[in-house]
Amino acid sequence: MSSEAKKVLTQPIVDNNPIALQVLGICSALAVTSSMANALVMTLAVVLVTAFSNLFISIIRNHIPSSVRIIVQMAIIASLVIVVDQVLKAFSYQLSKELSVFVGLIITNCIVMGRAEAFAMKEKPGVSFWDGVGNGLGYGFILMTVAFFRELFGFGTLFGIEILPLIQNDGWYQANGLLVLPFSSFFIIGFIIWAIRQWKPEQVEKD
Amino acid sequence: MSSNKETFGKTVGFVFIVCLVCAALVSVSAIQLKPLQVENKLLDQQTKILEASGLLATTDGSSKAIKATFAKLVDAKMIDLDSGDFIEGNPELFDERRNSRDVTKSDKPKDDIAGINRRSKDAVVYLVRNEAGKVETVVLPIVGSGLWDLMYGYVGLEADLNTVRSVVYSDHKETPGLGAEVMNPKWKALWPGKKIYNGAGEVKASLVKGGAKSGDIHGVDALSGATLTSNGVTRTLQFWFGEEGYAPFIAKYRAGGVN
Amino acid sequence: MEHYLSLLVKTIFIENIALSFFLGMCTFLAVSKKVDTAIGLGVAVVVVLGIAVPANQIIYQAVLAPGALDSVLGITDPTQSIDLSFLSFITFIGVIAALVQILEMVLDKYFPALYQALGIFLPLITVNCAIFGAVSFMVAKNLTLGESVVYGIGSGIGWALAIVLLAGIREKMKYSDVPNGLKGLGITFITAGLMAFGFLSFGGISL
Repeated sequence: MSSEAKKVLTQPIVDNNPIALQVLGICSALAVTSSMANALVMTLAVVLVTAFSNLFISIIRNHIPSSVRIIVQMAIIASLVIVVDQVLKAFSYQLSKELSVFVGLIITNCIVMGRAEAFAMKEKPGVSFWDGVGNGLGYGFILMTVAFFRELFGFGTLFGIEILPLIQNDGWYQANGLLVLPFSSFFIIGFIIWAIRQWKPEQVEKD
Repeated sequence: MSSNKETFGKTVGFVFIVCLVCAALVSVSAIQLKPLQVENKLLDQQTKILEASGLLATTDGSSKAIKATFAKLVDAKMIDLDSGDFIEGNPELFDERRNSRDVTKSDKPKDDIAGINRRSKDAVVYLVRNEAGKVETVVLPIVGSGLWDLMYGYVGLEADLNTVRSVVYSDHKETPGLGAEVMNPKWKALWPGKKIYNGAGEVKASLVKGGAKSGDIHGVDALSGATLTSNGVTRTLQFWFGEEGYAPFIAKYRAGGVN
Repeated sequence: MEHYLSLLVKTIFIENIALSFFLGMCTFLAVSKKVDTAIGLGVAVVVVLGIAVPANQIIYQAVLAPGALDSVLGITDPTQSIDLSFLSFITFIGVIAALVQILEMVLDKYFPALYQALGIFLPLITVNCAIFGAVSFMVAKNLTLGESVVYGIGSGIGWALAIVLLAGIREKMKYSDVPNGLKGLGITFITAGLMAFGFLSFGGISL
């Protein structure tokens, strides 16, 4: 892998995180983070869609007429999302039931569209592909972190494996009811942003 | 952007090609994966019905064993809810959710305590037999409002059509950790042996806030922290085992038994 | 009538599309610095949702739903009926994009004043997942045409209400002393979380 590819792959994870810095793709970050398994599947889906949409759009970037640019990008992204959704329904029915409409919502996930427009329209296919993977992983990083806290302290489990035995099941851990509820991810993401910005003060917003 | 790709013909041609490629990709994947998806959906339903009849534990949980057990022991039958009689019809094509939106196939309950708005006129009941061919459990689908949305599930009754074998929810959107505890095996374990009706034929099964007293043959503990979900479950049971639900069917077949 | 009214109240408050389902978060967080802008965007979302949800309902029920084409193609055996629901994502996004475009042209031609006020927000709305999300929920809930009109307008009002409230809080927050790392995005996340917490109390109101 060339150094450029490496750079576009790793940079979005902390330095230029799509959720924490670019305010993109937050919708699904909140609703699907109740368990690590959900977050992992969602991450994989977004990585695949972003990577391949970037790849395809980059391949045809010199042929796309600018007047229909957006709709062509939309068509490619929507097709990829449909394929991912169909595969999920076929091979992992339980997870697709839990993620419900949120798989479809990847279409309107601004990360995919944003990277297609900002990166893939200008750069070569190879590097665009890795940029897509990197941004997908940056999104996944936040998603998995949020899911880690929510599942561990909200349900006492990680990937469904019991870590802290709950009182309901004759254990000792009183589950944190707040973290079970979806909006707790607002707080967790807020604190993650705070932590990242303490570490990298150049990201702090000016008034 | 060079000007040569901005001609009208080129734009249309380009869009056409993109559409073609996308359409091919989507259709191929959809059609290829369709059989698997249909099977998954069916398997999910069969698993829940077996769970409600208490037979899930007898299988090893593999999809093959579930399908085989279901095919061998479960008999799906259509009934007319108002009369309680068995009717002709293909239970596999029956879709409660679609029927209850269709004015010709559903009606408004007089007393809509379960909050379902419209009730399908027909229903599917599952007769679960033992190896000897005798009906041991009758699984009845139920639906009713919880806190957030409709909750779908199954109630398994023993052959006397009064004793509960299990209450299994399959689809709900209740608050995780509170109302969603309807899925907790510990709560589900409270149900077996409870009676739906008292001696006078009134529906008595309910969720008791603060915990059911020991020896209560009708009540089970309510879900802690989820009063509204608990009330929803109680009302759902009252509706579906009442006159507008399965009561006519149960009254007809209780005496003679179902077979 | 009563049924529609309760659906309206339910979609505005109990199932608030921004604060219970976390849809349209990108714009919700990014465009909520000023109350004036928030009102403009809110109204635009109400209009687009009010049209897009029923429009997609008609298309879904007439063409895409399993068995919808039976009468046209003369299929009588239900096992043979055609199910095009896998095309729903791409159709919805296309319809939404087209609607927004048409709305923009109509406003420009006949209501220039309104166009001045809303114009800049309309392109933003195509990728607003609140629109796509509400359409997906319409399908998942299997709404009738009448209900979908109410649902569309109701979720629009709910979203508008949430963003105007958030903008109001953020305007006041300018005067507070927020830790450096939390400035801007971080504290907005936490504020939105507290708002969602508040809206949770609408849950369970029986209508």
